[in-house]
Amino acid sequence: MRAVVTVTGKDKKGIIAKVSGFLADKGINVEDISQTLLQDYFAMIMLVDISDLKTELSELAKECEKLGNEIGMSIRIQHEAIFNAMHNI
Amino acid sequence: MFNQFDVLETIDMIEREHLDIRTITMGISLLPCVRSTAEETAKQVYETVCKKAKNIVRVAEQLSGEYGIPIVNKRVSVTPVSLISAAFPEQAGKIGKALDKAAKELGIDFLGGYSALVHKGTADYEKTFLEGIPDLLASTERICSSVNIGSSKSGINMDAVKLMGEVVKRTAELTKDKDGLGCAKLVVFANAVEDNPFMAGAFHGVGESGTVINVGVSGPGVVKHALENIPDANLNDAAEMIKRTAFKITRAGQLIAKEAAKRLDAEFGIVDLSLAPTPVMGDSVAHILEELGLECVGGHGTTAALAMLNDAVKKGGVMASSHVGGLSGAFIPVSEDIGMIQAAEKGLLHIDKLEAMTAVCSVGLDMIAIPGKTPATTISAIIADEAAIGMINNKTTAVRVIPVPGKDVGDCVEFGGLLGRAPIMPVNETDSSRFILRGGRIPAPIHSNKN
Repeated sequence: MRAVVTVTGKDKKGIIAKVSGFLADKGINVEDISQTLLQDYFAMIMLVDISDLKTELSELAKECEKLGNEIGMSIRIQHEAIFNAMHNI
Repeated sequence: MFNQFDVLETIDMIEREHLDIRTITMGISLLPCVRSTAEETAKQVYETVCKKAKNIVRVAEQLSGEYGIPIVNKRVSVTPVSLISAAFPEQAGKIGKALDKAAKELGIDFLGGYSALVHKGTADYEKTFLEGIPDLLASTERICSSVNIGSSKSGINMDAVKLMGEVVKRTAELTKDKDGLGCAKLVVFANAVEDNPFMAGAFHGVGESGTVINVGVSGPGVVKHALENIPDANLNDAAEMIKRTAFKITRAGQLIAKEAAKRLDAEFGIVDLSLAPTPVMGDSVAHILEELGLECVGGHGTTAALAMLNDAVKKGGVMASSHVGGLSGAFIPVSEDIGMIQAAEKGLLHIDKLEAMTAVCSVGLDMIAIPGKTPATTISAIIADEAAIGMINNKTTAVRVIPVPGKDVGDCVEFGGLLGRAPIMPVNETDSSRFILRGGRIPAPIHSNKN
């Protein structure tokens, strides 16, 4: 089972380190990363494997939101099916 | 890996443009609950609804968390109660109250199906049931009622239309301490559909399976935003843009509906493609019409713009879902749409134009506050006009008007929350009573030689 993590907000130091450290602690493997910087607006999209996740995905989503608040970014994790549904036929 | 633009587009739709799943509605058949007395039936109804819908709120929250898309309402619709209570119609209120208790127990805001289907004729037990609706709406909080009084196949039951004018009026009087709020939970339909997930008109038709999940998607803000990006496009391109956007919105609804049905051990019913506004800024159907180029909704061109919007939404949505149903179109509830409220307050949107709009879009004269002094026969005549539009055009139409007791044109009424606020709209004050008091049935229309 895979999910998409998106991190958006104003660019600052250590975003990738913080987010990937958090995901590693949860036993989540990052399969792919893409990142863009438009002026100082940072957007990172990660495709992650959540097969070994111990908690419910909806719980993890709340923790991501909390981490986002702590570092001043917007962090979301969503099941990949929503993007597949909306953008692939 | 997903296209970065696609991922960010979805997130923008949810965070800034109010994309949401408007409702997950579980339809439950109450036919197996019928017992020999009203008390026993009410007990069985309560237990069945509580058992079947036990997890609806939890599952909706879980799905919302997993897919990162808000699910605004969790609701239940049931078999028309007039059928369940046919053996003891004067005690139908007991079943209504049991359903209200079940809704509170489940933590859902509305439960629909305190309904009757009288489009061809009114049986004695149905007449008693209809007469009991005002008391039930005044003594419960979460029950919604709907009555089907006409159809393209059977014509319009004008005796029921006459009675429903009185029922609407009486409901307003019994809830006058809340500005006639009871009427916001009462819809009079022509060509009612059996799988509508939206309140107040939801009920679980007798042709449906035992337990069904129907989902209503929404996204007026998303459609408006998409049109903002092409301000000078011609209407071919605008319609195309609406279609593409509706497709994406509906795909999200289809995904949630299938998953919700699986987790709630119910059948997947339909996805309703309606664009349903809320009183929040950026979630308005009226503002889409204005984005298409109208100075203000209600002006000339409104009906044409709405027809195009409604059709494009359907075309986009139909391919995105395996089963499309319900009302599917654009809703135009006056008090629930900030753009409509603004136009009505400026005196630029009138009931006559709204009536024309209902000929080309979903549903009908919806959430319109009218003067409390409006006679019951005039309300019946408004219902008859709407039903005639539905009957002739083979579409669902409905009337949900609130004759606000003690208020008149120039006053405003605040219902709060999703029900919003509305200025009292003038109605034509000429007398229609002789027409309404004739009673009888308007015959079903001819279905050929269409002009």
